[in-house]
Amino acid sequence: MLYVNNLNVILDDLVLAKDMSFHLEPGKVNVIIGPNGTGKSTLLKTIFGDIHAKSGKISFANETLQRKQLSRWRKQFGYMPQDIRLDVELSVLEVVLLGQLNALGFRLDDSVIKEALSALDKIGLLHLADRPVNKLSGGQCQMILFAQALMRKPKILMLDEPVSALDLHFQHVLLDHLDTQTKEQGWITIMVLHDLNLAAQYADNLLVLKNGKLIANGHPNDILTPSLVKNVYNVDADITKDATGIPFVRTIRSNRSVSIKNKEPKEQTIKVAEGVI
Amino acid sequence: MQSDLISDAVSSQRRSEKRRWSVISILLIILVLSFVLDVATGPSLLNVKDVANALLSLIGFPVDVDPTTQVIVSNLRLPIAIMAVVVGGVLGVGGAEMQTLLNNSMASPYTLGMAAAAGFGAAMMLYFGSLGLNTNIAVPLGAFVCCMLAATFLFALATMRHISSGQLILAGIALLFLFQSLLSLVQFISSPELSQQILFWLFGSLSKASWSNLSIIIGVTVVCMFFLIRDAWKLTALRLGEERAKSLGVNITQLRLRTLLIVAVMTATVTSFVGIIGFVGIVAPNIAKMLVGEDQRFFLPLSFIIGAFLLSSASVLSKVIVPGALFPIGIVTAIIGVPFFFWLILGKRR
Repeated sequence: MLYVNNLNVILDDLVLAKDMSFHLEPGKVNVIIGPNGTGKSTLLKTIFGDIHAKSGKISFANETLQRKQLSRWRKQFGYMPQDIRLDVELSVLEVVLLGQLNALGFRLDDSVIKEALSALDKIGLLHLADRPVNKLSGGQCQMILFAQALMRKPKILMLDEPVSALDLHFQHVLLDHLDTQTKEQGWITIMVLHDLNLAAQYADNLLVLKNGKLIANGHPNDILTPSLVKNVYNVDADITKDATGIPFVRTIRSNRSVSIKNKEPKEQTIKVAEGVI
Repeated sequence: MQSDLISDAVSSQRRSEKRRWSVISILLIILVLSFVLDVATGPSLLNVKDVANALLSLIGFPVDVDPTTQVIVSNLRLPIAIMAVVVGGVLGVGGAEMQTLLNNSMASPYTLGMAAAAGFGAAMMLYFGSLGLNTNIAVPLGAFVCCMLAATFLFALATMRHISSGQLILAGIALLFLFQSLLSLVQFISSPELSQQILFWLFGSLSKASWSNLSIIIGVTVVCMFFLIRDAWKLTALRLGEERAKSLGVNITQLRLRTLLIVAVMTATVTSFVGIIGFVGIVAPNIAKMLVGEDQRFFLPLSFIIGAFLLSSASVLSKVIVPGALFPIGIVTAIIGVPFFFWLILGKRR
């Protein structure tokens, strides 16, 4: 179990986590959703120990995150940051190999290479192994970085918008792989997604953030409602359940666009919002 | 089926590694040729056979050699030729690691003001009459201290949490300008003779090579290279971006500091003995990158070899341009380096 207790994060006077508490179970896919700039990436970085919390406690398996023992803490993590640019003269295989940095010697063992190759194979990209990464598309880079994160054999896997550049096919390759592996290996998987339908389909647990506050936490079937979408994104949405009971979100219109056109955004937004309710 | 594909891919990786090792071996052979040429040429215009005999007798063969030739080869030509190789190699590696660290193919200890700082230190020592010390010790010492001072300023910046590599480069360039104008100031207030002396130091010259300073440089180089190669994979990971390297478990601040320190010590050591030699630090790593990519296991040694080759061949050229005279090597490297630099910049558009 990963515990986050009373977490407060403030960066440049901006509150990015406010008295946040939750716990995450092994073998479950946890999806964080919320508007832009609301603290989703910050939350991941804070759990990784890259951003220091103002107060609060983060612990996993009897170990508490401390500034002085970062490298030990981070050994348990696979972490895939948002940025997917790879402007470097390295082959795909070499980039994936870097996933297990500590196992690499000056001469590479066959076993290490094979492991990296089979990671590529599992996501259907073995044929790219010897290609230079700076010649690949953004989506291909993203898949390769996913393979790299898996190479770390993490106990906790954090992914920041892992499907942002992927086509429909690879979105599902990645998320299906993530789903089965999380369950098989008993990982705690935490990922940020923007697509509510993907979130509804793949999340075992949904964490909804708004202005640094955790405003809902639970199974998407239970918590994903029109009023939640409205509250978080200020968007009117229709939510139906498909045959398997998974919520399907169809957005109708955004009320925020009104505020961009008008000169006094705050007041206008509130008025329109009230009018709809 | 799949396992076949995987073992195919393994052997393809092995082939690519072998290809890169052969590139390195070929360049090593070219370097050896250039080194031999460097020993064979010189202002004393000895003939090649005598030089070869002198070399043979040095490694113990019972060959008859003229004692003057013997002295010229063993005390002048050989140290200079070895110096060219080691200094060129160090400049190449220094550039390679600066470029890795700062994620910018135009970075080098030279462009970050470390060389200019060394020049200023040397000039100060000459200006203040070596502070009563032996000039041959005082000038390198001044250069070393000043170069480390500039590097310390960069360390201080690098330890700050939220400073980006772009900001570090800008700070380095600012240092370059600062030390260059301080250097001009010292030259301005010096007597013409002293100014001439300073200028000659700045040109860069291998002629001060001796077995004793060579042993210092080689010692420092071996130790520094050991530590760099130990960090090879971490440095490769750094090229994926600092954020990603962190996510792979690299302690960025430590790695940055360690590498900066190593590069500073190497640069300060060689610059203090040979003066300012530009361009090798920028050009060598860029050629190495084109040939073997940025896996540091290949990139690092090849940057050394290419840097060594550039300086060694420049040393040959500096002796051949005006037969019987010695042209300052710092001038030759820049003249070779500039056209190449343009080619690099224009080649980037492809």
